[in-house]
Amino acid sequence: MEPYEMTAWEARDALLRGEMSALELTRAVQERIEEVEGRVRAYVTLTLEEALRAAREADDRMRRGQDPGGVAGLPMAVKDVLCTRGVRTTCASRMLRDYVPVYDATVISRLRDQGLTMIGKANMDEFAMGSSTENSFFQVTRNPWDLERVPGGSSGGSAAAVAAGEALWALGSDTGGSIRQPASFCGLVGLKPTYGLVSRYGLVAFASSLDQVGPITRDVRDCALLLSLIAGHDHRDSTSLKVEIPDYQAGLGGGVRGMRMGVPVELMGEGLAPGVRSRMEESFRLLEGLGAELEETSLPSLEYALSAYYIIAPAEASSNLARFDGVRYGYRAEGAEDVLQMYGRTRAAGFGPEVKRRIMLGTYALSAGYYEAYYGQAQKVRTLIIEDFRKAFSRYDILLSPTSPTVAFRVGEKTADPLSMYLSDVCTIPVNLAGIPAMSIPCGLDEGMPVGLQMMAPPLQEARLLQAAHALEQALGRRFTAILNGEGGGR
Amino acid sequence: MVEIDVEHVAWLARLELTEEEKEVYGRQLRQILEHAAAISALDIKEVPPTSHPMPLANVMREDRVEPSLSQEEALSCAPRAEGGYFAVPRIF
Repeated sequence: MEPYEMTAWEARDALLRGEMSALELTRAVQERIEEVEGRVRAYVTLTLEEALRAAREADDRMRRGQDPGGVAGLPMAVKDVLCTRGVRTTCASRMLRDYVPVYDATVISRLRDQGLTMIGKANMDEFAMGSSTENSFFQVTRNPWDLERVPGGSSGGSAAAVAAGEALWALGSDTGGSIRQPASFCGLVGLKPTYGLVSRYGLVAFASSLDQVGPITRDVRDCALLLSLIAGHDHRDSTSLKVEIPDYQAGLGGGVRGMRMGVPVELMGEGLAPGVRSRMEESFRLLEGLGAELEETSLPSLEYALSAYYIIAPAEASSNLARFDGVRYGYRAEGAEDVLQMYGRTRAAGFGPEVKRRIMLGTYALSAGYYEAYYGQAQKVRTLIIEDFRKAFSRYDILLSPTSPTVAFRVGEKTADPLSMYLSDVCTIPVNLAGIPAMSIPCGLDEGMPVGLQMMAPPLQEARLLQAAHALEQALGRRFTAILNGEGGGR
Repeated sequence: MVEIDVEHVAWLARLELTEEEKEVYGRQLRQILEHAAAISALDIKEVPPTSHPMPLANVMREDRVEPSLSQEEALSCAPRAEGGYFAVPRIF
């Protein structure tokens, strides 16, 4: 196995045993990037100098017999939506093309304390709005499994980087599935934490009541490791929860015997590809074989989740993105006669089509005369969804569904029809509305492309989620992180 | 049929749209809102709205003086700054 194919925990063990240096590992990832990045295009900005410096520091510490930190020397991709001091943070938008933050997001400063070896800022859909990473101002990222297909989105650059061996692991953000769906499309593990578990300070806001930062990794153990380092209260985020963070790795290996699992019929209905359904049914049998008790259940309000989401998220976005006005940071259109014209022209030229569409949609939904019919009604539907999940979790420990109804679609397949793109988020969106944690775990292939199983748990039950995911991963017995080879994959 | 005054919405959003964009967004917004109309028709008057998934209210923290960004840092990302201020085109 090449060093760039290792999980982060395997690589960390190798570093601590002295079998490999952090510098060698980082150089191996760097060479891999030189080999494949021209075809995958996962990164907006590479930070190789910074990564090599961090790797040397990790090596120095280990040479002196010190603990280098939990992520030291383990090259990580960071979605370009997280503010990194001194490194431009673009959100894949023309608006922030040259924006260099003067502060770090809390998750970044926490990881810096643990020896963060950031190899680059990963491409994404502009301002995290999209399901394919085709909405980037800079480039379309390709799926390393098949370069004609999308890597998913909005954290498509993060997922593609890990799947292609251009990083060992990554940080993404998830507002309606933006960690889980690209993880699913690229054969990786992705976790959206409970709302409030991970600080949003320094995460450029899309929809503040839905956004969470989380890991995209090659296996469940890496996911547990990274989550334990980014979770926890932050006084800079007023929605941050004051809770004890358990050792998420401790429960791995605990199995699923006796766990009650429900399968909501609403998420197994029309639009589900036959191959994805087969992988789901195989995984369900596997979980039963491991001692879990499965049954079908119903959460009737999920039927309305997509409609509610595509009112609530754009409404919050239209408000959050009002800050991009050409005054304090970012792009400004030149030549305006007055400030109102400057705002209008700056925003017209700075935002791409999908962002403008959502700002328009959100502004309309919040405008006088329509507020109650759309936004008010969507907030009530949200209450029904939370209530349905609460009832379901009084009977089940875990809920199961596909992460996405299909495997990765082709580049360009859905760009002309925004509604068809939105419909691909149908299984992941209810989770964000309810604020609960959920994971995507690779569970096989369809059309040669990875399929993801979604596991959902009650608020703050990430440890249970990781334990169940680990059991399934071990039973499946292989990683689905097939990596594109130098000669193959691309055209 | 959903009625949308695209020009008015664009004005509220401070987006200077081209004629083509107005036509495209008008059509797409109607399509998306017709899909969303499923929830407008629900009889859920008595259901309380949720704006936030976690039961948090009035979050306070200690009122303590801490270092913050310098004026120079705060202005460092501005497209134009003058004499310690953000500079913009004329307002009136």
